[in-house]
Amino acid sequence: MFDTLFFNLLLNGLAHGMLIFLIASGLSLIFGLMRVVNFTHGSFFMFGAYVGRSIFLATDSFVLAILGGLLFGFVCGALVERIAIRPFFGNRVQLLLLTLGMMLVMNELVKIIWGPTILRFPRPDYFIGSFMLGDIILPYYRMFIVGFGLAVLVVVYLFLNKTRLGIIIRAGVEDSDMVQSFGINIKQVFTFTFALGVSLASVGGAISGPFLGVYPEIAMDNILVAIIAVVVGGIGSFGGSVAGSLLIGLISSFGGFYLPQAAMAFNVILMALVLLIRPQGLFGKGGLASGR
Amino acid sequence: MNPLLQLNEVNTHIQGFHILQGISIQVPREGVTVLLGRNGAGKTTTLRTILGFNTPSGGEIKFDEKVINGWPPFRIGALGIGYVPEDRGIFGSLTVYENLKVAARDGIREMEGRLEKVYQLFPDLKRARKQQAGTLSGGQQQMLALARILVSKNRLLLIDEPSSGLAPIIVDRVAEAITELKKELPILLVEQNYNMASKIGDNYYIIDQGRCVHEGRMEDLEKEPEIKQRYLGVAV
Ligand SMILES: Nc1ncnc2c1ncn2[C@@H]1O[C@H](COP(=O)(O)OP(=O)(O)OP(=O)(O)O)[C@@H](O)[C@H]1O
Ligand SMILES: [Mg+2]
Repeated sequence: MFDTLFFNLLLNGLAHGMLIFLIASGLSLIFGLMRVVNFTHGSFFMFGAYVGRSIFLATDSFVLAILGGLLFGFVCGALVERIAIRPFFGNRVQLLLLTLGMMLVMNELVKIIWGPTILRFPRPDYFIGSFMLGDIILPYYRMFIVGFGLAVLVVVYLFLNKTRLGIIIRAGVEDSDMVQSFGINIKQVFTFTFALGVSLASVGGAISGPFLGVYPEIAMDNILVAIIAVVVGGIGSFGGSVAGSLLIGLISSFGGFYLPQAAMAFNVILMALVLLIRPQGLFGKGGLASGR
Repeated sequence: MNPLLQLNEVNTHIQGFHILQGISIQVPREGVTVLLGRNGAGKTTTLRTILGFNTPSGGEIKFDEKVINGWPPFRIGALGIGYVPEDRGIFGSLTVYENLKVAARDGIREMEGRLEKVYQLFPDLKRARKQQAGTLSGGQQQMLALARILVSKNRLLLIDEPSSGLAPIIVDRVAEAITELKKELPILLVEQNYNMASKIGDNYYIIDQGRCVHEGRMEDLEKEPEIKQRYLGVAV
């Protein structure tokens, strides 16, 4: 049972889970804090992949590609929040339609700029090859994705728990009025959180490129699984987004191998089960219906 | 001396309903001003309008001679107006210490400097500082809500029904704490518990259906059984 195949699927699932986590964590924080379902999150993942690839091809530096993806997401996230989201604040239906519309536009825009076909994002030389553990083959690049995801996880965790701004974000998820009463400009916190969340998705896209390839459909594919991961983990909970994402990544990897036709169905079944047994999600507090 | 906070004919609409219909209140620079009135009279709405969570549709709110109507809540909070809402507004998934940190408007250093005194007033909080605030008892949560206000320099406290939902013995402790606070800060207190209000209060306003119907010194209200009966439902 614990053969090469198992470890391959495991590593694959973890790598996939980490990419989902990079989308889901921001999605969850943004929804928890601002009550906005940001459908553009998957599109920024996709744009991150294209932008990262272009930077890599232009500079031959993978580090710059990652930093570029991060910065691109942060700047775009801040702009989208200030220009598009803020004027509609408080109107959930309008916001839902707005981000949905922006998602569709972005997914078409990318085809105009880079074309509809799959593009190759070459791995940097130092990530070519595999680590051999007996007869188990562990590709370096997938290990890198897992390591990178873990590093982001630790940094974001420390930020949310050790810095005042991070603690304010967690407080805002619970009661943003109360946060304001302490003299804190919650709108600035919103902008920052949105930008941070989008930058995580975008950098996730950049590192996904050499693993998944770069093509327009990665936006839709990933926003859906990320939303499922957020619901499974518990909306607004950072720990939940970690657990939900890894679970979905592993299920997709193993399920996709043994029953490829049903890969997406597994995710939906998992979500349905979680909602039946624990409607607030694995780590969630209030429950879906309790949104302010 | 002119009052610290002044409401002149303040009107507030919520979702089309005319909730405050011309509230005029003056909060002096010391002592406890109590807002009394039946359920649904508009006491909480008055506090939330002062804090900027509801924007007044008419009238004027002045803090220290500055007109603050229409300011966003964070700017009003930053003036040094501390708020303890009816439901305490505790961040339940944060630790006690993290709750204080969010409230530390003047910086962590200022907070640390004030913490010893705060813990002296509320020893429970010191023991529980690493505990999730949501796991505290109702009384301890009320203490935390008060403590959050004390870790920064505030000039006025707005406290909404601190006794609600608490056991009588805890109510006494909360009353003691507020009596302690009133030595240092002026307080605008909403309180349904007439006993507690009369013990701590210096001045009162009675609100009924969004209007101020009576005001005066707390000790004079004692001599007005009719008013107490009519607007507060206090048995004579
Ligand atoms: N968000 C809202 N939407 C609609 N009506 C509201 C809203 N908030 C308050 N009201 C109404 O405004 C009136 C005043 O409410 P408010 O909460 O200020 O009363 P209160 O004096 O604090 O009462 P209580 O003693 O029960 O706390 C009530 O009739 C209430 O139903
Ligand atoms: Mg009230």
